[in-house]
Amino acid sequence: MERITPLLWLLFSAGGTVAALLFPVHFFLTGLAFPLGWLEAPSYEFLHRLLTHPLTRLYLFSLISLPLFHWAHRFRYTLYDGLQLKHLTVLIAVLCYGAALAGTAMAAYLLWGIS
Amino acid sequence: MSAEPHYTLYHPRWYRRRVSVWWWLQKRSYTGFVLRELTSIFVAFFAVVYLWQLRALTQGPEAYEQFLARLATPLFLALDTVAFLFVLFHAITWFNLTPKAMVVRWRGKRVPDWLILGLNYAAWLVLSGAVAFVLLRE
Repeated sequence: MERITPLLWLLFSAGGTVAALLFPVHFFLTGLAFPLGWLEAPSYEFLHRLLTHPLTRLYLFSLISLPLFHWAHRFRYTLYDGLQLKHLTVLIAVLCYGAALAGTAMAAYLLWGIS
Repeated sequence: MSAEPHYTLYHPRWYRRRVSVWWWLQKRSYTGFVLRELTSIFVAFFAVVYLWQLRALTQGPEAYEQFLARLATPLFLALDTVAFLFVLFHAITWFNLTPKAMVVRWRGKRVPDWLILGLNYAAWLVLSGAVAFVLLRE
C-alpha cells in the first residue's frame, strides 16, 4: 500500500482536475439541459459517429476512469473521518479502488467494442 | 472499539471522549470541509451516468432513447440538480486550492495566486465552450 500511495495520489489529483474542468458542462447538458428540453439532445447517429473517432474514445475513457479514482481516494478518507471507520482501513481501500478499477474496466470494454 | 476500557500492564489507557459522528456540524468551516469531501460521491455518480450512456450507445438507438427518457424522470432530475450543485462546488473549491497546492516559479519568481486562479478559470471556460460546441454542433 505504502509503495503505490504516490500513484494513487496522482490519480486522485488528475481525476479531480478532469472532474473540475469538464464535469460541470457535461452534467449541465446531459443531466439538466437535455432532459428539461432547454437544448436538443444529440441524436443517436451523431453520438455514434462521434464515438468511432479514436480521440473521442480516449477522451471518454479519461473522463470516466480518472474521476472514479478521484472518488475512490477521497471517499476512502471521508469514510475514515466522517464515520470513524479507521479500523476497517484495508476493507475500505479494497472496496473503493476495486470499484474504480471495475468502472475503468467497463469503460475500456464498452469503448473497445464499438464498431 | 470495545466497550470495556482496556488496560495495559504499564500504564492505563488515556481517557478520551468519543467524538460524535456529527462533529462537522458544529462549525461552518468543518461543514464546508465535509461537504467538499462529499462531492466525490457526486463525481462518481456522474461517471456512472456516463458509463450508462455509453452502454446505451453500444446497444442501439432504442437503448439510447430509453436512457434519455429515464433521465427526464422527476427522480433523476432532482438527483441531477443536487449532483450538479455538488460538482460545481467541487470545481470551485478545486480551482481555489490549486495556487496553494502548486507553487509555480517563472524566472525565479513565484507566479502570483491570482494568475494561477485566472488560468484555471479561463481553461474551465474554454473547455466548457469546446464541449458544448461539439455536443451541440449537429
